[in-house]
Amino acid sequence: MKDENKKSKMLSIVKEKKASDISTYIIVATAWAVFEILIANGMISSHMKGLLVPMVYYAIAAVGLNLCVGILGELSIGHAGFMCVGAFTSVMFSNIFAETFPAPVRFFLAMMCGIAFAALFGFLIGIPVLRLNGDYLAIVTLAFGEIIKNVINALYLGYDKEGVHASLSAPVVLDAETGKMLINGPLGVTGTPRDANFSVSIVVLLISLFIVQNLMKSRDGRAIMAIRDNRIAAESIGINVTKFKIYAFTISAAIAGAAGVLFGHSISTLQSTSGNFGYNISILILVYVVLGGIGNIKGSIIAAAVLYLLPELLRGLSSYRMLIYSIVLIVMMLFNWAPSVRDFRSSMWMKIRRRKEN
Amino acid sequence: MALLEIKDLTVSYGMIAALKGISFEVEKGEIVALIGANGAGKTTTLHTISGLLKPKSGQILYKGNDISKVPGHKIVQMGMAHVPEGRRVFPDMTVAQNLSMGAYTRRNKKEIADNLANVYEQFPRLCERQNQLAGTLSGGEQQMLAMGRALMSQPEIILMDEPSMGLSPLLVNEIFSIIEKVHQNGVTVLLVEQNAKKALSIADRAYVLETGNVIMEGKASDLLNDEKIHKAYLGE
Repeated sequence: MKDENKKSKMLSIVKEKKASDISTYIIVATAWAVFEILIANGMISSHMKGLLVPMVYYAIAAVGLNLCVGILGELSIGHAGFMCVGAFTSVMFSNIFAETFPAPVRFFLAMMCGIAFAALFGFLIGIPVLRLNGDYLAIVTLAFGEIIKNVINALYLGYDKEGVHASLSAPVVLDAETGKMLINGPLGVTGTPRDANFSVSIVVLLISLFIVQNLMKSRDGRAIMAIRDNRIAAESIGINVTKFKIYAFTISAAIAGAAGVLFGHSISTLQSTSGNFGYNISILILVYVVLGGIGNIKGSIIAAAVLYLLPELLRGLSSYRMLIYSIVLIVMMLFNWAPSVRDFRSSMWMKIRRRKEN
Repeated sequence: MALLEIKDLTVSYGMIAALKGISFEVEKGEIVALIGANGAGKTTTLHTISGLLKPKSGQILYKGNDISKVPGHKIVQMGMAHVPEGRRVFPDMTVAQNLSMGAYTRRNKKEIADNLANVYEQFPRLCERQNQLAGTLSGGEQQMLAMGRALMSQPEIILMDEPSMGLSPLLVNEIFSIIEKVHQNGVTVLLVEQNAKKALSIADRAYVLETGNVIMEGKASDLLNDEKIHKAYLGE
């Protein structure tokens, strides 16, 4: 009798997981519909409208980071660096081919370009670092994020009929007629077509969700989670640990790159400043992941949306803004992680379910 | 030709030599026990054979091929399974999921299903608890699960690291009778144990390890009656 109870409980957990996957898509789609209706009826301020795209790309970055931290179990504090790579490579692509392709095609190709470069950097970092066990990835990604941000901030890059000119110290001199400046040092990239809007961003978010949630259910995903749960046991059943770690980390970096592409195409002037891609931003994304629940993809999205909008919505309270923000952080952390609250939550769920059954 | 032959194997952790040139062999169809005290190098030996550690020198011949440089995940595909020390199950997966992870290297669905039926037959307790999370099993059940998971890769030889660790005497007996059953089904067993008396009672042959060297070898029944072994390892 007892065993049977357990069995049905387990089965319901499996079912719940599937339902939770679908509910994530529904939440995102509903949020999209609500905001679109608000915009269409003019019920949203232009300031608020400007926050929607950043909210979505931080949610995408959080989904990517959750794959790394929650599913793979490796800490990365340099995901802003991958966003930076994705943003700059894609923005340069859009600038070079501004007249060559129609906007949707150009943006699609720029997206692919940004994702590919972010994935490449993730792969290259993963090869040496993910062979090791421990916190090395955190240290190396922290350094990577800072280095890539500072290098791009100092980089002057342009081309003319004589070829590509690049310098890390002084502005490059280009042929006046045929020359085109790509990255102008600290001034960054200017004149990018603003191809990223709220709906496109939501589509990218749905695609990254689809990739991560299906990966978790696949054979490869189970191998990745087995590595997280117990590396020695995973190796002893024949899983190539290093290969799967690099595989998951590369996808994670690629998703962060996609977030960066949206970042780059939502503003016309992109600069590699600390405010855009510094380690504070990496930590911010990590905060979304941790408070949303490590390994909980839906949680990451909700946390990113709430925590991104909150400080902006509280602007009216001026000096109390950060105070309220930090209180919300603490409450969310308790809600998700304090053992007694978790017990309380699960007992409430049980009660609700029992009532439904009756 | 022996199924598994270890020649002059040395392994070190940094400056510290854990194995100082050990040699032994396992014939097909045998149960061979490696016994010895803490720090003798038993677990190091198993980890090196299954590719989790790389040897400093020496050879590991499996069916005549040197596997000392083959990575661990490929060794599983060659038909060698490893049950690691301390019941390393995947706590957040169910029993059934743990077992299907054990068949990770196998692709043939029918074979996997047959293996699963076999494992459930050998471990009825696991069958009862198919849908329970592995982390909530008792110590003995987790050990059974770790063994069942290793069997899912359909190994020719299975390396077992301290299967009796932390179990009650009653459960130790159960685990050892399962090892004998596994052996009767045609799997060669290399067993590492601190419980020397139990290990020697089911093994064909045994090697005694002390601080990285093999100091004695012989038939298990002879070692069981050896006076020196009695004093050092059987506590009489």
